[in-house]
Amino acid sequence: MLAGMVITAYIIAAVLFIMALGGLSQQESAKRGIWFGIVGMGIALAATLLSPKVMGLTTGLSYIIIAMLIGAAIGIYMAKRVAMTEMPELVAILHSFVGLAAVFVGINSYLDHAQDLTPVMQNIHLVEVFLGVFIGAVTFTGSLVAFGKLRGIMSSKALNLPHRHKLNLLALLVSAVLLVQFVIQGGNDTYLVIMAIIAFVFGWHLVASIGGADMPVVVSMLNSYSGWAAAAAGFLLGNDLLIVTGALVGSSGAILSYIMCRAMNRSFISVIAGGFGNDPLTTDDEEEGEVQPTNAEEVASLLVNAKSVVITPGYGMAVAQAQYQVQDITQKLRAQGVEVRFGIHPVAGRLPGHMNVLLAEAKVPYDIVLEMDEINNDFANTDVVLVIGANDTVNPASKKPGSPIAGMPVLEVWHAKNVIVFKRGMASGYAGVQNPLFFMGNTKMLFGDAKASSDQIASHI
Amino acid sequence: MNIGIPKETLTGENRVAASPTSVTELLKLGFSVQIQKGAGTKASFTDQEFIEAQASLVTKKVCWQSDVIFKVNAPSLDEVSQMKDGAYLVSFIAPAQSPELLEALRVKSITTFAMEMVPRMTRSQSMDALSSMANIGGYRAVIEAAHHFGRFFTGQITAAGKVPPAKVLIIGAGVAGLAALGAAGSLGAIVRAFDTRPEVKEQINSMGAEFLEVEIEEESGSGDGYAKVMSKAFIEAEMALFAEQAKDVDVIITTAMIPGKPAPKLITADMVASMTAGSVIVDLAAGGGGNCDLTQPGEVITTDNGVTVIGYTDMPARLPSQASQLYGTNLVNLLKLLCPEKDGKLAIDFEDPIMRGVTITKDGAVTWPAPPIQVAAAPTKQAEDSAPIEPAKQEMPAPVKYGLGAAGLALVAWIALNAPAAFLGHFTVFVLACIIGYYVVWNVSHALHTPLMAITNAVSGIIIVGALLQVGDELNLVSILALISVLIASINIAGGFYVTKRMLKMFQK
Repeated sequence: MLAGMVITAYIIAAVLFIMALGGLSQQESAKRGIWFGIVGMGIALAATLLSPKVMGLTTGLSYIIIAMLIGAAIGIYMAKRVAMTEMPELVAILHSFVGLAAVFVGINSYLDHAQDLTPVMQNIHLVEVFLGVFIGAVTFTGSLVAFGKLRGIMSSKALNLPHRHKLNLLALLVSAVLLVQFVIQGGNDTYLVIMAIIAFVFGWHLVASIGGADMPVVVSMLNSYSGWAAAAAGFLLGNDLLIVTGALVGSSGAILSYIMCRAMNRSFISVIAGGFGNDPLTTDDEEEGEVQPTNAEEVASLLVNAKSVVITPGYGMAVAQAQYQVQDITQKLRAQGVEVRFGIHPVAGRLPGHMNVLLAEAKVPYDIVLEMDEINNDFANTDVVLVIGANDTVNPASKKPGSPIAGMPVLEVWHAKNVIVFKRGMASGYAGVQNPLFFMGNTKMLFGDAKASSDQIASHI
Repeated sequence: MNIGIPKETLTGENRVAASPTSVTELLKLGFSVQIQKGAGTKASFTDQEFIEAQASLVTKKVCWQSDVIFKVNAPSLDEVSQMKDGAYLVSFIAPAQSPELLEALRVKSITTFAMEMVPRMTRSQSMDALSSMANIGGYRAVIEAAHHFGRFFTGQITAAGKVPPAKVLIIGAGVAGLAALGAAGSLGAIVRAFDTRPEVKEQINSMGAEFLEVEIEEESGSGDGYAKVMSKAFIEAEMALFAEQAKDVDVIITTAMIPGKPAPKLITADMVASMTAGSVIVDLAAGGGGNCDLTQPGEVITTDNGVTVIGYTDMPARLPSQASQLYGTNLVNLLKLLCPEKDGKLAIDFEDPIMRGVTITKDGAVTWPAPPIQVAAAPTKQAEDSAPIEPAKQEMPAPVKYGLGAAGLALVAWIALNAPAAFLGHFTVFVLACIIGYYVVWNVSHALHTPLMAITNAVSGIIIVGALLQVGDELNLVSILALISVLIASINIAGGFYVTKRMLKMFQK
């Protein structure tokens, strides 16, 4: 295939990727969007494989085909097996692959590049190598740590090294100095390796010092990094398709992180720098009081006699895998003419939009799944709210100045006539803040596993 | 602390800032209450009733010396001078219109809570006196209209002939408008309503009235629960609609007010001239200058063609007993917020948007206007979504912002001057792609954020293209590293797309 054809194919692929993301603006067009993405990827791969450079290979080509087939098989196997509740982990581990690939591509490009570069181009090339490897390495270890935390292999508590901000700053400064030296000397293997090690450690530390509650932000931030890593590789290789795609993914992840941060009323910088959940919490305002326990039978009769029910799920529903039982309750109630809706907090779960995916899996119709802003004013007219495995996102303490979650927008479930909280015990949420909702007069606690409780309720309806 | 409730001195004012019921509530909060003799007479509350509610009856002078003064209308400068230094005042104030009053209150270190400044939030509804007064005003407007209108509101077919129902047009479906809607509807009239905010359509329809629309799309919520000034094209279309309606309807009730601005002129002299004799216009915005050209604030006039224009500015005061009771309850609710310990002491917390908003003078300083807060439910969502990525940048002081901008420009200029053309081409592509990404991603619906991450993940496997080009025939370090990259990037592509498909398949209506 001629070089001109390859470039044209790349442009078509880039446009298709943009359309793929554009398709996600609505549920109806989303399925079409993904086909744009697949076709775009197919065109890009075909064009590359048919390009003069690759077609000129003999044994190399067979290696490539084998590697691609193995990779695709592993990918599909993983994607088929993963439970929707494990999505965050899958996404995190996939990010790490892009990071690692970016590191390798960077190193390769350093080892094996055209020799006839002008001095200026040579410098630019070295900077690109350095940055590409750096971003790739940070993405790689960062994603691995995120995966470990989400999987529960690592403690989800934030690592709290002394002087952690200074350590991060030091890592960046040393890397910057190395970059300058690396370019001045026209490339230096030792510097590149030292920097790569620093970047690996930096990525590990960066994510390790972020607490579990901030995982949605971390995952989308790593998504952004993996995009920037691809874009850096694009600069390295002078490949516009990589640049465009990397920039798309990079800005997508950055915007998602920003949306998550805004939903938690936190500054992006403070999440990245770590620190939430580590600060000593003021314990003097611990709210204590009597909780009123209830049982499944009572809840069921409350639900049947209600006119309007809102369900606000949280990470606990994902952990208990209770989405099918919840849908069961929803269907039965709707059949009896009860209006059932879902209120989703933007940071519920461990991934942006996590709850939507789980509810969709259980075939909850998406038009009764509403965002926080859409439903918050309706709680006053709601008879029963079921809080399933959510805690911080329904915590009235956020309205109280001085609380660690003060100012965070929450689902104001306490305005409803009855609130039923599904909970395993009286532990506090990730933010470590006691929840006064549990002690309110209109709140009843249904203790036990969310899945078992939902099952019992469904059987009593 | 003791609360003083003086008699209102404004001409025509029949209300009083407390009712026997609200006095009981105030005592429960730990306050003592002293009421000026005869303060409640015009609102049909006798002194005896107040005494039975455990309030003490005092003279005007003693009353004004109380720690906290409850008023309906803003006090006169003379009345302010009778107050104690450092006392508290709760009343309607109209701070925008009365700078001298504000200054007088500031000089005396009086802490003033202006009831019209209560922010429109779910939590503050119970103290929103503007709403409770507007509700009364809307009802009374219909009663006044019916009184001056020489016909039935309801249609009847009698032995003596057929009586057509009256047609009522209500402009502005705020609290007053909706109350008027309800009252006119229950008298049997055909009710139509207009509002610049399309989101009130449901409320209007729910009251059984017809919602009139103009053919221009425009976002009109200002985010604080009130309407805002509209564009010229919209206003022209709106005026055409009113002109057409004026010829048809019998009663027009206007309630259009824009906070801090004179009321918009919606009913011109020409429109009034086109109305049939005997028609009535009630202008609830008369206090703000009136929505009708011919409105005389405080007066009822009849035009040459027999149309009555009612410009009373004291509608709530024409239902004094009810108005006093509701207003008194609003004040009690405000005090519940200000006195959480129920110990008869006031605690002001400026972190609370309600307390911040309502306080207009404190500790010898004017604290009005308060910084704006966003409370309206739906309308501003789009605007928020298009906010820039970095919230920090919005809050930066101007010099820093421009400094950063200049630094960015300088950086771009430096790159442009020093980098070779080949690099610049790629750089241009990069910048444009970032911008496209920004716009495309903001449009992604919230529910699809997880699929978005999965698909961007798959797409970022495009790095395979770079790796493919680095594979050679010889199995050296470069080739091996490149092949590993090809392998893991393939996992990414296949896995990412597959899982996205799986997820999207589940989304169904």
